[in-house]
Amino acid sequence: MSTTRPIATTRSATGIPTGRLAVWWVLASEIVIFGGLLGSYVMHRIGHPEWAEYASHTNVWFGGTNTFVLLTSSLFAVFAHHAAEHGDGKTAAKWLLATSVGAATFVGIKAAEWTGEIHHGYTITANGFWEFYYTAAGLHALHVIAGAIIMLIIANEARKGKELHRVELVGIYWHFVDIVWIFLFPLLYIAK
Amino acid sequence: MAEVGTVETHDTHHAQSFWSKYVFSTDHKMIGMQYMFTGMVMAMIGGYMAYAFRMQLAFPGQSVPGYGLVSQGEYNSLVTNHGSIMIFWVAMPILIAAFGNFLIPLMIGADDMVFPRINRLSYQLFLLSAIILIVSFFLPGGGFGGAWTSYPPLSANADYNLTPYGATFWICAVALEFVAFLLGGINFITTLMNARAPGMKMHDIPMVAWMIVIASILFMASVGPLIAGAVMLFMDQVVGTGYFDPSRGGDPILWQHLFWFFGHPEVYVVLLPAMGIVAEIICTFSRKKLFNYKLILYTTFATGIISFFVWAHHQFIAGIDPRMANVFTITTLIISIPIAEMVFLYIATLYGGSIRLTTPMLWALSFIAEFIIGGITGIFLGASGSDIYFHDTYFVLAHFHYTFFPIAIIGFFAGITYWFPKMFGRMMNETLGKIHFWGTIVTFNCIFITLFILGAAGQHRRIYDYLNFPDLAGLQPLRVFATSALLVMLAFQLVFLFNFVYSLFKGKRAGKNPWKANTLEWTAASPPPHGNWAELPNCYRGPYEYSVPGREDDYWPQDLPPDTAPAE
Amino acid sequence: MADHQDHSDDHGQGFYLKIWAILVVLLILSILGPVVAPHIAFGFIKAWMITIMAAFGIAVVKAYLVAANFMELNIEKKYISYLLTGMLTLMLLFFAGTAPDVMEHQGQHWENVAAREEIQRGLEAEAAAAAHGGAHEQHEH
Repeated sequence: MSTTRPIATTRSATGIPTGRLAVWWVLASEIVIFGGLLGSYVMHRIGHPEWAEYASHTNVWFGGTNTFVLLTSSLFAVFAHHAAEHGDGKTAAKWLLATSVGAATFVGIKAAEWTGEIHHGYTITANGFWEFYYTAAGLHALHVIAGAIIMLIIANEARKGKELHRVELVGIYWHFVDIVWIFLFPLLYIAK
Repeated sequence: MAEVGTVETHDTHHAQSFWSKYVFSTDHKMIGMQYMFTGMVMAMIGGYMAYAFRMQLAFPGQSVPGYGLVSQGEYNSLVTNHGSIMIFWVAMPILIAAFGNFLIPLMIGADDMVFPRINRLSYQLFLLSAIILIVSFFLPGGGFGGAWTSYPPLSANADYNLTPYGATFWICAVALEFVAFLLGGINFITTLMNARAPGMKMHDIPMVAWMIVIASILFMASVGPLIAGAVMLFMDQVVGTGYFDPSRGGDPILWQHLFWFFGHPEVYVVLLPAMGIVAEIICTFSRKKLFNYKLILYTTFATGIISFFVWAHHQFIAGIDPRMANVFTITTLIISIPIAEMVFLYIATLYGGSIRLTTPMLWALSFIAEFIIGGITGIFLGASGSDIYFHDTYFVLAHFHYTFFPIAIIGFFAGITYWFPKMFGRMMNETLGKIHFWGTIVTFNCIFITLFILGAAGQHRRIYDYLNFPDLAGLQPLRVFATSALLVMLAFQLVFLFNFVYSLFKGKRAGKNPWKANTLEWTAASPPPHGNWAELPNCYRGPYEYSVPGREDDYWPQDLPPDTAPAE
Repeated sequence: MADHQDHSDDHGQGFYLKIWAILVVLLILSILGPVVAPHIAFGFIKAWMITIMAAFGIAVVKAYLVAANFMELNIEKKYISYLLTGMLTLMLLFFAGTAPDVMEHQGQHWENVAAREEIQRGLEAEAAAAAHGGAHEQHEH
């Protein structure tokens, strides 16, 4: 990527650095995407009492463990930001790596969970509840994977002391991914 | 920490290769051009489709010259893709991405967008979406035939729509286009918020820049549920889920709500940039400041907010809760008020001005006139009682063409004739411009007033041959008339194309500021170099200081320091 | 890029660790909810109501803690918070406008016959399976 940064990018008439301002807008757009999907799920869930039985087959231990994994990885992301703030690129990279390991753990646990569920016959076409279950958690998981990839790229640059401001930005995105799961967890695992 | 000096030294050392200058450019002006030319090509494809299906309607069952026989399935595909193309691949890229990309950095005194590489990515995704859509026409079954609104179960079930590949490619193309515009929109919003020239306060920003950014915000806030819906529809089509199948726990009305929750703000997403373009032009060519800039701005915000409360007026007869229908009727009638107010403010801007009827001005004035017709006919549709009769008739179609045509087509012609000198460094031919203008406007009204009449007579939409309906068959002469007017209109577009291409190479060279306008883009060279200015300008006043008493010149550019003798 | 001028050493790692600990405790509480709820239920407050209120109430608190402290929205410019809550409000609006048609399967003058039948079929299948299975594989692990 050989383009030099335009002067425009360095300006900040609002007082918020451009990168961070952009991340907030990204989050704004993601809120309405997940909001639309989850809102649709809630409507159907309330209107279909028979889904309660279908939902009882989700495993709250898998879900709870994954919640714990994401919360902890969010903590690591905060530590990474803290290190970057102090100019310590190497430590920031280490913490970002730890966050990515959390992401991989999350995806791994989910893979195991879904394998089990599919073997029991709870596939995406089984009924309405499972449709939403796989789609919502799947869309979330895609965001986890994408976030992890971006995080690794940023960690690689931070390791060399470059673009340290981006550590905070990917962290904000990661906290959002965490918050979505904070709501997905009760929706899919507790509200039975 | 500002990096000073990077702008000038960027590309002067080496000539850029064709690829890096034209194809993989990150320069906002080049990306804007890419969007514009792609949009123009898609407009020709969408117009060709309109030609084909209007010929079928006027002369049912006869082979259309340059197309062939239009079968029932093909008719559905043509109307579906005509609508989708015109909204998603013509109106949005040209009004928002092309003009937004080209103008915003120039108008705020910046050297580029704040994220040039994301800008390039958004164009590449957009181009990919257009390619996917075009490819869908050549797949077995042809292009998607489920209407641009894509209601399930027709759109979800290949047994019904008979276009299995077309349907899936269509939804993928639309979803990809949405992502491209989300990325682009974030770029525009952040650029306007952060990268303004020193001294440029919020109310010094030219109205078109505001409008494009507010449109981007509206788009971003409304498209989320539809992206969720697109994922669901895709799953229904490909994986076999039952999101919209009531016998499997789904609900087709859910799609309608997801679609229109976006669909209604979407029309304001395309309207606002067009109104912004018109605002710039009427100020420049009446040598007057915009009447009550702040009121227009706040009204735009209000319109944007209200636009989220009206969506179910597209669903009055779909079986929604009638109490909801009451609510949406009231909100729909309310939203006509701010729009009408903005039209009044534009007329007040013109009143008492020193009017110059250049080609851009003709387009801008016709926008106001035609849009008024579109807006007023919307009232009949917004009231649920009368909508029971009018829904799904050609009355609706004529209404939205009287709004969309001014927005997408007139807005484009207004903008391109106005900013052509800045974009390409040459003037377009005024005579040809006026011939094109009159040829387009007169024929446009001939086509769509006829369609209002047909709609009021009960002609329903999306039917390929009205001779099968005894009550409507007698109106065939009107259909022939409308199609004939379309043929004449398409012929006049050749005048524009000739003018455009000829002027690109042989037009009279334009200076920096041929229209003697105030905004910052007119202080850069025509066309501006990479980085726009050797030294970025500061801003000292608002954008519409025309005919200021006591000044020798009737315009006062934003970048002139105070108390300077006016430049040439 | 401009750093947070008033931020740097305001919070050491210990502060974030504390927030994390609170989050984990809340997580455990929300898992225990369905277990404990039947014992707290009384009168018209059913067990499932307590479960739902606890689960989603806790979720909101957790989300707030993450947003305010990890994302540092509490020291960000206010309009960013307004922007994000505005988007959430739009989602409520979407729900309000759509639910009467999708969530409800009958109204004053209409009935969603296909949905009602599908629900019937689902409930009957469950009743049959329950009667059949008894101690069958109803649970996951």
